[in-house]
Amino acid sequence: MSYTYFPGCSLKGLGKAYEESLLSVFDKLGIEMTEIEDWNCCGATSYNSMDEMKAFGLSARNLALAEKYLQGAESVDIIAPCAACYLVLNKTSRYLKEYPEIGKQVHDALSEAGLSYAGLTNVRHPLDILQNDFGLDKIKAHVKQPLKGLKVACYYGCQIVRPYSTFDNQANPMVMDNLMKALGAEVIDWPLKTRCCGGSLTGTVQEVGVRLSYIIVKEAQKRGADVVATACPLCQFNLECYQDKMSGWYKDNLKFPVAYFTQLMGMAFGIDHKKLGMHRLFVPPKAATPEGRI
Amino acid sequence: MPEWHGWQKLKYEAELDPKFADEITAIPGGEKLANCIQCGTCSGMCPLSTYMDYTPRQIVAMVRAGFKGEVLSSYTSWLCASCYACTVECPKGIKITDIMYSIKRRAIQEKVYPKKFPIPVLAKEFFGNVLRNGRSTEMLVVIKLYLKTAPLSMINQAIMGMKLFFQGRIGLKMESIKRKKELQTVLNAMDKEAVSTGKGTL
Repeated sequence: MSYTYFPGCSLKGLGKAYEESLLSVFDKLGIEMTEIEDWNCCGATSYNSMDEMKAFGLSARNLALAEKYLQGAESVDIIAPCAACYLVLNKTSRYLKEYPEIGKQVHDALSEAGLSYAGLTNVRHPLDILQNDFGLDKIKAHVKQPLKGLKVACYYGCQIVRPYSTFDNQANPMVMDNLMKALGAEVIDWPLKTRCCGGSLTGTVQEVGVRLSYIIVKEAQKRGADVVATACPLCQFNLECYQDKMSGWYKDNLKFPVAYFTQLMGMAFGIDHKKLGMHRLFVPPKAATPEGRI
Repeated sequence: MPEWHGWQKLKYEAELDPKFADEITAIPGGEKLANCIQCGTCSGMCPLSTYMDYTPRQIVAMVRAGFKGEVLSSYTSWLCASCYACTVECPKGIKITDIMYSIKRRAIQEKVYPKKFPIPVLAKEFFGNVLRNGRSTEMLVVIKLYLKTAPLSMINQAIMGMKLFFQGRIGLKMESIKRKKELQTVLNAMDKEAVSTGKGTL
């Protein structure tokens, strides 16, 4: 199995631990990924707030660069672990097909720069790859230290499931839950799986953004979870790094671990914690495991 | 009519902008806005509607009726965090999140958002950073955001910033792509306002 990989800006910065753990875990499973050469920013939500056509242009260059890895195949899969990148690349590839006017302008713009795009890419999330290409049974075979007794609140956030639910149920996604169960963990049932964490509002209108993140962390805690598992660098940052602020504002005392699902996979596979970027978390999930507590 | 306290001034047709709806809905799939039945599902689904000055349902009605000034200067579109909960639940298939984006772009073009309001400032800083370098340098964007909106509140963020720095999660290195020219050629060729696909009949 071979894929192209679109890390996006966050996985090289705030979400470094996501990249480190993803690469370690995929390496362990033998899933090969080639980082797209000279990829650019996806534009996230900000580009669309400024200029819709330039937002399509940004993503189109990435899709065109990915297509260079086609090598005679029918299509090329792009793995986009960040939720914003996943949505934006997905949206662009769809719009280029659905709206010929946009498609034509993008085509012309690309050829001015000596690039081309034939629409032969599939934008996919690592969770999709793990469940549907690789398979949970094979993942189980790699588990060395089952996450026994660890109660995980699987938090999907918004943009992996909405508006395009390509690989899971939109109202009640289960792919991460199934994965965590395969690792030996318990998953909690909770209603905020896909509720918004506030996105960039935690940095802009903090009174609102931090409140939204607090609602999620608190609910996970109330329902008895030991750790929140995330699949998005912004969700992870919001839920984890603002806990001091939440504790101050809402008279709480939060030290609640929020880890990437790939870090929890790595723990179960027995991968060295340094290789999983655990040292980059404010509250390492180790403290939440039954033996860590004792 | 006397202007009583709390009495909302009524708007009459002559004061509304009949072209506004067409401007906002000139986006792919935008014409569906005309089908809104004002059921309020969008406002019910929206995790941010509590904090908005007008709920998403009200904004949709106001766009349709031509309340241009009120819509563009409202905080609603800026508070939209793009979670798409409204879009996927709308029984009429209206892409409400995209409508919010269209409102944001129009507000920036017409310069009718509060001066030091951080959200459009963030969008602009991010936009410029990526336009120049092809990638975003999180640290730089955040520092510029604070300098331009609330320099003093940077002190509040200092502890978290230091922690992140020592964990290697933020750095001072400027992120950049190699072939900036290639990207800029593509983006310059996309230099056009949103393409209109299919005119709505509003």
